[in-house]
Amino acid sequence: MSLFRLKGVRTPHRKNTAQMPAVRMPAAQEVVIPMSMHIGAPATPLVKAGDTVCVGDVIAEAGGFVSAPVHASVSGTVKSIGEFLLTSGKKVPCITVVSDGMMTVSDCVKPPEVVDRESFLNAVRASGSVGLGGAGFPTFVKLNVKDPAQVDTVVINGAECEPYITSDTRTMLDRAEEIEEGIRLLQTYLGIGQFVIGIERNKPECIAKMQELAARNTAVKVVSLPSVYPQGAEKVLIYHTTGRTVPAGKLPLDVGVIVMNCTTVAFLAQYVRTGMPLVEKCITVDGSAVKCPQNIIAPVGTALKDVFAFCGGFREQPAKVLYGGPMMGIAVVSLDAPVIKNTNAVLALDEQEAKMPSPTACIRCGACVNHCPMRLDPAGLSRALEREDAAALIKGRVDLCMECGCCSYICPASRPLIQQNRLAKEYLRKKKAREEAREKQKAEAAKAQPQVQQEEGKQ
Amino acid sequence: MSELLTVSPSPHIRSARRTSHIMLDVIIALIPALVAACVIFGPRSLLVVSVCVAAAMLSEWAFERITRRPNTLGDLSAVVTGMLLGLSLPFNMPLWQAVIGSAVAIIIVKQLFGGIGKNFANPAVTARIVILVAFSNSAPQWINPVDGVAGATPLERLGANQTASYLQLFLGEHGGSLGETCALALLLGGVYLVVRRVITWHVPIAYLGSAALLSWAFGMDPLYQLLSGGLMLGAIFMATDYSTSPCNPWGKIIFGVGCGLITMLIRAFGSYPEGVSFAILLMNILCPYIDRWTARKPFGGAVKA
Repeated sequence: MSLFRLKGVRTPHRKNTAQMPAVRMPAAQEVVIPMSMHIGAPATPLVKAGDTVCVGDVIAEAGGFVSAPVHASVSGTVKSIGEFLLTSGKKVPCITVVSDGMMTVSDCVKPPEVVDRESFLNAVRASGSVGLGGAGFPTFVKLNVKDPAQVDTVVINGAECEPYITSDTRTMLDRAEEIEEGIRLLQTYLGIGQFVIGIERNKPECIAKMQELAARNTAVKVVSLPSVYPQGAEKVLIYHTTGRTVPAGKLPLDVGVIVMNCTTVAFLAQYVRTGMPLVEKCITVDGSAVKCPQNIIAPVGTALKDVFAFCGGFREQPAKVLYGGPMMGIAVVSLDAPVIKNTNAVLALDEQEAKMPSPTACIRCGACVNHCPMRLDPAGLSRALEREDAAALIKGRVDLCMECGCCSYICPASRPLIQQNRLAKEYLRKKKAREEAREKQKAEAAKAQPQVQQEEGKQ
Repeated sequence: MSELLTVSPSPHIRSARRTSHIMLDVIIALIPALVAACVIFGPRSLLVVSVCVAAAMLSEWAFERITRRPNTLGDLSAVVTGMLLGLSLPFNMPLWQAVIGSAVAIIIVKQLFGGIGKNFANPAVTARIVILVAFSNSAPQWINPVDGVAGATPLERLGANQTASYLQLFLGEHGGSLGETCALALLLGGVYLVVRRVITWHVPIAYLGSAALLSWAFGMDPLYQLLSGGLMLGAIFMATDYSTSPCNPWGKIIFGVGCGLITMLIRAFGSYPEGVSFAILLMNILCPYIDRWTARKPFGGAVKA
């Protein structure tokens, strides 16, 4: 356990839907499944317009090592393979499937044969699993460690520190057996000896439920975390559950830890038991503009407008719609955006909630410095960016900013601190690229120089 | 495609506390001291403080108007500066001198350096020093409210081997500036600020603690030293000013100890009876260095920059 706690901010909890078990929503008429629902290379479509697909059919294969296959989430006909604009601004192919309303399960869906490490990892790869907490890193890649002896601990993330979101809460309460089974799988096939489940203290029911589980399995330990955002941030979670510090620029693996979201662990057990790949997602639908906030299970690819329609529509016109929580969630441009694999919540904020105060002068109160979990100086970094001081940005370790948003949240002058950090990272990236290009040019010029002289000599 | 929605980078919620709320908390914390001043020195106290506040606000408004900057009266920082300056003046201060002090605080010390958050010296402290130096001949003597005659402050009296009782000092029934005499009211305000998380305990405790320790080391009565002069007002309200004090806990402690050291050196060996203003101003100047010395290592980033 850690001696000093990393800082954070006390955000409102707004866990309005914590007591609502997830309701499965019927398949929409049409789903749009993007090929990039994970970190890494987009998947490559295997179907073409007019093909008939069933739930669980592979419709796209992994497009590289760091990638994941994609499966049909409804049964029906492939309407088209189009282009989809990701929230990152990149365009990737997407497969539109028109549902026949039958939700016919594919013949391919049968429990995988898991007997050893290799077959388990193959099953994880085939399941299409990605980190379900939000980051969407392909689970297979995360678990396929070169040197298995390197990992001694799996930290299971049940912190769910973002306001509103309760989908992990429901996983811990409703799918505790699957989490237990998932832990057993990791124990058996990957030989991991220690499991730590980190849960924020505002979820006593989840802590109790997981402690029951820990009582049955001595390898499992439950750590209750303070209700301070961002407990679920990877480095913060590792530090508060194991006391280990992930050095700058290193991975959790370097301190012998793999972090997995509790829903991912439950999903692995479900896949090994049933063979049903990742085709649906439990998400929290909430926010001030939503009429009936609740947890729902929706097929991957369901448009947000269908999700909100299932939840009774809008109380009033939403001003902003988010994937994920209000602290790190991404605002979407249109309600046509689909539910994707790593969506754990969709929030619709009304005008008042979406309104942001305009920034005023920094009063040097130090709140951003004293609340930064990474112990950075956001105000100082912001000033460094304003005067384009690359050295100060590098020295201030802006690269360590995990963009949790505590600084912007707490700032009494509403300064866009985290936004400036993002710009600073981009500024450094561009500056580096420019310098590299210049170096290259210089090197080429130096190479070309003797030739020119030779030619001149000939004349 | 349906209607486009607003997009913006995260975070999408903000804490409710704004700059003006922080300043309002400081104003609330100063009210006990203001009430105490009215009780001890009479209603003219309120007049002096009001004139300072009005002059500070007017200076801010006029400067921003002339330089065509956005009006920042709404953040209430000018009110705080005016109140602090007013409370650090004697009750029979000529009002025109108070007005000049307020204008110096706002225009020269604060606005010329870029306004709120950019000033390196505390406006109220600097203005008090300006008044002290500029009007040292004509400035009225600190009045002892008990007998109503012009008399020395406890620190001056100490030089003349006269003392006030601890209770008198604690309740403020002695000579001095308006807001500095009643330790009880100042402590109330300080506790309020700490509870409301406007300030942390570091600066006041380090300041008062080091002052007490040093006065004991210099063979003076620590409690008498703590309760007299502008020490409480300075330690709780002036040395904790955001712009001019360090932001890390260790930086705050160094800053507080530095203030305590300079204050006691001036009190023990200087020609002025009081050293709080000078101590804070000198430490204000060191603040950027303290901030640099005490900058924390980023989490997991201790390897190399």
